[in-house]
Amino acid sequence: MKSIQGTPSQSCCPSKHPLWRGLATASLLCAALLLAACGSNVNLAEDVPVQDRTAVPVQQIGIAPAPAAPAAAGAQAVDQRAVTPVQAGTTAIGQPPAHLARLVFFDFDEYTIRPEFMPLLEGHARFLSTERQRRVALEGHTDERGGREYNLALGQKRAEAVRRSLALLGVADAQMEAVSFGEEKPANAGSDEAAHSQNRRVELVYR
Amino acid sequence: MPQSRPAPTTALPLLNRRRLHTLAAAGGLGLGLGAWGPALAQFRVEVAGVGLQQIPFALAPFRVSAGLPQDVPAIVIANLERSGMLRSLPGGEAVLDETSRPDLAPWRARAADALITGSVTRLADGRFDVRFRLWDVVRAQDLGGLSFPVPASDLRLAAHRLSDYVFERLTSDPGVFATRIAYVSRHDERHNLWVADADGHNAQTALASAEPIISPAWSPNGQQLAYVSFEARRPVIYTHEVATGRRRLLAGFRGSNSAPAWSPDGRRLLATLTFGGSSQIFALDAAGGGQPQRVTQSAGIDTEPAFTPDGRQVYFVSDRGGSPQIYRMSPSGADVVRITFEGNYNISPALSPDGRWLAYVSRINGAFRVCVMELANGRITPLTDTSADESPSFAPNSRLILYATRVQGRETLMTTTVDGRIKTRLASLPGGIREPDWGPFQR
Repeated sequence: MKSIQGTPSQSCCPSKHPLWRGLATASLLCAALLLAACGSNVNLAEDVPVQDRTAVPVQQIGIAPAPAAPAAAGAQAVDQRAVTPVQAGTTAIGQPPAHLARLVFFDFDEYTIRPEFMPLLEGHARFLSTERQRRVALEGHTDERGGREYNLALGQKRAEAVRRSLALLGVADAQMEAVSFGEEKPANAGSDEAAHSQNRRVELVYR
Repeated sequence: MPQSRPAPTTALPLLNRRRLHTLAAAGGLGLGLGAWGPALAQFRVEVAGVGLQQIPFALAPFRVSAGLPQDVPAIVIANLERSGMLRSLPGGEAVLDETSRPDLAPWRARAADALITGSVTRLADGRFDVRFRLWDVVRAQDLGGLSFPVPASDLRLAAHRLSDYVFERLTSDPGVFATRIAYVSRHDERHNLWVADADGHNAQTALASAEPIISPAWSPNGQQLAYVSFEARRPVIYTHEVATGRRRLLAGFRGSNSAPAWSPDGRRLLATLTFGGSSQIFALDAAGGGQPQRVTQSAGIDTEPAFTPDGRQVYFVSDRGGSPQIYRMSPSGADVVRITFEGNYNISPALSPDGRWLAYVSRINGAFRVCVMELANGRITPLTDTSADESPSFAPNSRLILYATRVQGRETLMTTTVDGRIKTRLASLPGGIREPDWGPFQR
């Protein structure tokens, strides 16, 4: 197979008149400068000799152009493709009342509170009524089946149901907040029905 | 009809690994962890349909300087094959470069439609010049080429831009090889939001947290991610500038804040807020501040908003009819129309940037599967055989869908062509990966 080094051959472009060549180079220079201004790349057109690197300015890709003069302190060009990591903080929780269970469980696809959990809620309502500075988060959860955002909303419905029950039992609105974790914090990481039933819950978490 | 040939099992480099280790020890190259990590780190073609129209191409051995930190030709071949629309033929033995004028007859005889030649040269200032030329073998035409002088850290990006050029000339579609994806990993109590190249390489942590992260959403200009973080022990929405790490709490209202969705002009986000007592969709100013404007009005759950690319409509999920279905409305909440009627569980709408397709997840006989609806005629096609699919997201050229699923019990990311025929898989990190979002074209 024929292998050709060096300058691209002049065989296929009909206009190889020297004037045309000059014009072509000049217009390429202008086009390249325009392209340079837009931050895009240089086309290797046929009649530009590859060795003549000065004829065609080249641009970096993916990096903002460096400042021409020594930059003032703090002036930084940001690489658009850089990723600066962030570490999220954590949130402490408060002490729950020691004698009260904190979990309310739900049937599949249900947000109504089963009667067996009413004594638990009554206990928390009494506690909150006497300790008016305490706040409780009602954290709703689902099992893992289904989409994350829809499950977040289902968990919220369960938390809201507990909130409404506590409100009916006399707890002040300012002392409660209904939030949801959806399927994101299972109590049991298993996939069987026993695990699912442990995950469909609202946790009463004192802040 | 030629059968599609088996995909390469790994993108093996042409250059000498031992020489590479020597260079790395000399400390001169700053290789990222993923650069020569196991091939696990990139998407690999898993399933290829038969009888496909794939454009055959060959990439002749490039003229390369010694000791290159990245195998640019191999990256290009892997990119083009992974698109599902091209297949590679052997490149022969003879080294060609962008100045070569090869005899195309032998390539025609090998049934190649296109030939790529090029070079990667170390420059005096320590950068590398990636150059290439694309030949139309059938018409014996020079389809042009480009030059990319880049530092070592941008060699992969140069290979992606090269791939984009070739892909666009041969298929008339823009390539997505230089785009990025975001996804979330979880390992025990460590949750990370990652930003990676579209091929899975170069993954970097944008956010590390001890609490869950869900629903990442790229801003239209590709510079920010909105996401839901549970670091405050309840879901709140941040907008996060990826390059600088600067982030702003966009929505921390009472209760739960989730499902952020950017408007196409980047000025607003829709999100699901619960401070009114139930999960409803509100509009928020992207710059922060201001009151949320309520958009949906139902007694049930309204969530997962998604703008159409022209910004004129919003698809969303609502269970106002008794079960979660996909609806459409104006951005102010008017003209609500139901879209899905098959089955009783349809969620996670995603619109293709060309406006033609709606991807979503449908529960079919108990299995959650990504489906696609052709919006012009409502025709629905399930795209997968898996049963735990989540979070479909279109590539910016509308040709591929990225989604999360479970394969052999492991959470993993996959892509599929919109016709479902070609799938690729990103092997999962320990613990699993999920919640992907495909970023936009970036200039």
